[in-house]
Amino acid sequence: MPERGLDRSVLRRGFAVLGVAIREEPRIFGIALVGSVLFGAMTVGNAWVLGRVTENLITPSFARGDVAAGALWSAAALIISVSLLKAVGIVLRRLFGGIMVYRLEATYRRRVTRQYLRLPLSWHHKHPTGQLLSNANADIESVWFPIAPLPMAIGVVVMLVVAAVALVLTDLVLSIVGFVVFPTIIGLNLLYQRYLSPLQTVAQQLRAEVSEVAHESFDGGLVVKSLGREASETARFAAKAGELRDAMVRVGRVRGLFDPAMEAVPVLGVLAVLMIGSIRIESGATSPADLIQVAYLFTLLAFPIRAFGWVLGEMPRSVVGWDRVRNVLDATGGFSYGARRLPAADGPSRLDVVDVRFSYEGAEVLHGVDFAVSAGTTVALVGPTGSGKSTVANLLVRLVDPDTGAVELDRVDVRELEPGGVAGAAALVFQQTFLFDDTVRGNVTLGVEGVSDEDVWRALRLAQADGFVAALGHGLDTQVGERGTSLSGGQRQRLALARALVRQPRLLVLDDATSSVDPQVESRILAGLRDSTAPSTVVVIAYRRATIALADEVVYVEHGRVVDRGTHDDVLGRTEGYRELITAYEREQADRLALAEAETSGG
Amino acid sequence: MTTPRTIDDDTDATPRDTLDGTRVGKGSDIGAIATIRRGLALSPEFRTGLPLTLALAVISTLGRIVTPIAVQQVIDRGLSAPGGPDLGLVRQIVLLAIAAVLVTALAGYLMNVRLFTVTEGGLATLRTTAFRHVHDLSVLTQNTERRGALVSRVTSDVDTISTFMQWAGLLLVISVGQLVVSTVLMAFYSWQLTLLVWGCFLPLFLLLRHFQKLVATAYTRVRERVGEMLAAISEAVVGAPVVRAYAVEDRTSERIDTAIEAHRQSATRAQKIVALTFSSGEIVAGIATAAVVVVGVLLGVGGDITFGQLVAFLFLITLFVGPVQVGTEVLNQAQNAVAGWRRVIGVIDTPADVADPGPDGIVLRRGPIDVRFEHVSFGYPNGPRVLHDVSVTVPPQSRIAVVGETGSGKTTFAKLLTRLMDPSEGRVMVDGVDLRDVQFGSLRARIVMVPQDGFLFDTTLLDNIRYGRPESSEADVSLALTELGLAAWVEGLPNGLSTPVGQRGESLSAGERQLVALARAYLADPDLLVLDEATSAIDPATEVRVQRALEGLTRGRTALTIAHRMATAEAADEVLVFAAGRLVERGVHADLVALGGGYADMYASWTAQRASRA
Repeated sequence: MPERGLDRSVLRRGFAVLGVAIREEPRIFGIALVGSVLFGAMTVGNAWVLGRVTENLITPSFARGDVAAGALWSAAALIISVSLLKAVGIVLRRLFGGIMVYRLEATYRRRVTRQYLRLPLSWHHKHPTGQLLSNANADIESVWFPIAPLPMAIGVVVMLVVAAVALVLTDLVLSIVGFVVFPTIIGLNLLYQRYLSPLQTVAQQLRAEVSEVAHESFDGGLVVKSLGREASETARFAAKAGELRDAMVRVGRVRGLFDPAMEAVPVLGVLAVLMIGSIRIESGATSPADLIQVAYLFTLLAFPIRAFGWVLGEMPRSVVGWDRVRNVLDATGGFSYGARRLPAADGPSRLDVVDVRFSYEGAEVLHGVDFAVSAGTTVALVGPTGSGKSTVANLLVRLVDPDTGAVELDRVDVRELEPGGVAGAAALVFQQTFLFDDTVRGNVTLGVEGVSDEDVWRALRLAQADGFVAALGHGLDTQVGERGTSLSGGQRQRLALARALVRQPRLLVLDDATSSVDPQVESRILAGLRDSTAPSTVVVIAYRRATIALADEVVYVEHGRVVDRGTHDDVLGRTEGYRELITAYEREQADRLALAEAETSGG
Repeated sequence: MTTPRTIDDDTDATPRDTLDGTRVGKGSDIGAIATIRRGLALSPEFRTGLPLTLALAVISTLGRIVTPIAVQQVIDRGLSAPGGPDLGLVRQIVLLAIAAVLVTALAGYLMNVRLFTVTEGGLATLRTTAFRHVHDLSVLTQNTERRGALVSRVTSDVDTISTFMQWAGLLLVISVGQLVVSTVLMAFYSWQLTLLVWGCFLPLFLLLRHFQKLVATAYTRVRERVGEMLAAISEAVVGAPVVRAYAVEDRTSERIDTAIEAHRQSATRAQKIVALTFSSGEIVAGIATAAVVVVGVLLGVGGDITFGQLVAFLFLITLFVGPVQVGTEVLNQAQNAVAGWRRVIGVIDTPADVADPGPDGIVLRRGPIDVRFEHVSFGYPNGPRVLHDVSVTVPPQSRIAVVGETGSGKTTFAKLLTRLMDPSEGRVMVDGVDLRDVQFGSLRARIVMVPQDGFLFDTTLLDNIRYGRPESSEADVSLALTELGLAAWVEGLPNGLSTPVGQRGESLSAGERQLVALARAYLADPDLLVLDEATSAIDPATEVRVQRALEGLTRGRTALTIAHRMATAEAADEVLVFAAGRLVERGVHADLVALGGGYADMYASWTAQRASRA
């Protein structure tokens, strides 16, 4: 977070961001600017017209006690025309200012989300969801915030120039008062921005933190409740809310001083004009009409000139937001694709994992994993919790790339495949199910063309999901809700499985993908996979005996290394760790029986 | 969707459409005045020193009238005095006006500071009250709303009130004040011209209500679109692995683009309405000015008003137009603020179905715990009954396994036992006391449930483990881990106990998260532990080790486990078998197998799987 010493560079960089905006939307900006200039010119024009009307119509009429109807009506028409033009200016300025802001927001949201989809998962791991969401939402919003008043501010410049000319032409001495008031207002704005922007940055940060605490706390609501931590969670939230309150009160003190000052300065200017003007009238140097016009100009300019303040005041936030957005847009992922395609031949793939090493946040978690799966066979990847199995699963479908070593499908390094090449051949069913806020059909096909409803039903049947899907109100068209919340965990897992099966992958990777499914249902799924008409090479990560039983071979890993591989019986016979893991329940049972017997015989 | 669903077997499946509990209130039935009254009651700070703040506001408003009066006085009585310009009077008036402006500025400053202090204080209180209440709502009620939407109730909804109170609310007061004062002054100069001005503005005022509705609808749409857009983006971020693994980037970005475009269009539309509304005030102002010039001159010619009066009147129109335009903007903000306030109040006024009896409640003594279900039935409000007349006694220090098919009522049973929900009929007794009469503090200290998805907070492993017992030292935590046989696992992590677990614990694998959740429950040291498939992602060897320690054979803890793994049932002192919401079988494993009922079938299927190979 940049905080101090940012004044000058913020201004420079803030203007650079505005420059980007103008380059992105030159035409729309142009129209908004025309609107602002029109508005500015007509604001001054209004004062001028009123001055002229006073001098040429009102004063003589009052003096003569008589008025020409034609002059009266043309004066009215003139005043209304100026108002109409001013209204047109307002519409153009506000509407096109808004259009510009929303177009820029949309453009950058598309760019940022494209990046999210493009950047590797390792990048995603380092950037929490909340942050990425706020990059795409609040940050982009704050970048373009000063754009809305920008045309107005530029219009004000035009207005000031016109007003300055009008003032000088009307009365040089009185205009000097104006040249004192306007710089004072601009100076006040700069001062304000300088004091306020660091305070506002802090408040903005705290606002995000309050939201983070609330989000996390509500997310973990069940844990909070089941451990009775409501009071301490509330204290945690109240502390952050209190910090935000204090920060906002500090902001309020500065704003509270600035607002009345901004209002007082132009008023004092008008009073000064009257004071000096009255003296000049007395000496015959100016006329009452000129004095009125000058006074009127001052009152009118006081408000629009604050548009400067809006632009300048929002600049620090804009620059901070821009930095955060650029961080996403400029991020480079070391994820490149080759141009190779897999041989067109259908049927299961051969998989080779060649001496793969992989680090996570600087710590190596896979230390040279090496195994092969011949086409059409099933391998069970077994190992204790935290041994690196899920990491291997991610490597197999190229969600991440190894530090050294390679993953090969049909003897082709997956890194050499064209974009989409790996996904076309291999499907991973995750441990943690993720469903889109879409229909059942959409979640299974994921928009792949040429998948018929029969294909979807076939996959659902294989995943043992056809029964409950058929019972849903709208069958395949049933919306599953955000993250599939309308379904149970086991149902979600089965849909995720169907999603993989509908693609008839040549390599199917199941990462503990049936853990929430009843054993009976699971055994039917496994039987279906085994007897499937479209055979795959399967890598299955599981603890359940029945799942492992499906495999032709077992690869046993511990602490990121392959400790043993072979048939279940061989590994069971040779490897202590595997035996302990697999027979844990039986040994538990035996222990208990022994204990019970000891108790019986002892008691 | 109207099909009965198996919400029962899943701790986080959300029955949002039909089987909901009390919904989180939207507050949409509360009128604007009632909203404000209730809002003021919820934040007593708002009324602190209110008379003085209001007095300062009145001074501020009056101060704004000073310039035109001064101008008028200077012109009419000073410059156009019958006997030639009166320089002394001009100087006097101007000096008085300067003094008034300075007093106004000072009053404005003091009022602003008071206003900020008071409103921010009140809003912090409101936020915290709403936050606490969200946690006090029953699990069912919490699940009627997306988490993100709940967050907005304590963040952006409150912010809209804050913006309104500090900026718009004050401007509204000042604007109305200015309208009144300028009308009075205008009438003082010329009642005819005043009627004329009001005649010009009256249609606009009448139209304003209609405009407000349009604006409010447009902004409501924008807010909805923002929500949809964020949901689409978050889907791509949270589901990034799936998007990548299935190469559906194009489809995903199309979905996002659609949401982004819908938001852009709604925002542009709102802007259109606002711009047109705003400019209409300008046109009316022009018409009014022109009318005043025409009629004023005619009146002047007839000798009804003086030159100075007409000039002053023209100034006063500016004074009149300003608040009309500001007021239009402010009313937009008001729409937002009242809507935001309503949503916050809606949360706070949602009844907590499962309420803490508070200080009058009973405090349970520590020690072995026994549970008795007496004819307990449960049905979701507006939904079918999912648990039917369950009566069962769980003796102290026993190990109970709960089994049953998906949707059989297992999780409902566990939730009633831990008072995450209350029975529709019958009662749950703990140590002979109705669970509803037990103080929450005591209840949560003695009965702990570990759900399937071990949610972790974004902090270190250490802080997550001692979450249920924050006073524990690092040594306590290490000891607990050793007792659970997890010390080696922790040592293998990059920074041991100081390892950050990431958002929701996502730096750890699902199995590791469950280990942390179990260690957390172990350290909390309850007398009754309920495990709802809390070990589903853990390897069997670790599971057996951890579960043995958790059940606290030596400590005399009562443990109830819901599990798919039949091994758990085999080892239990007693098995409860649920089917279709009823407790159908109970007994020790061997007896149930001998019985040859549903349990025997389940067991047979499980052993068949096991035997299929090994």
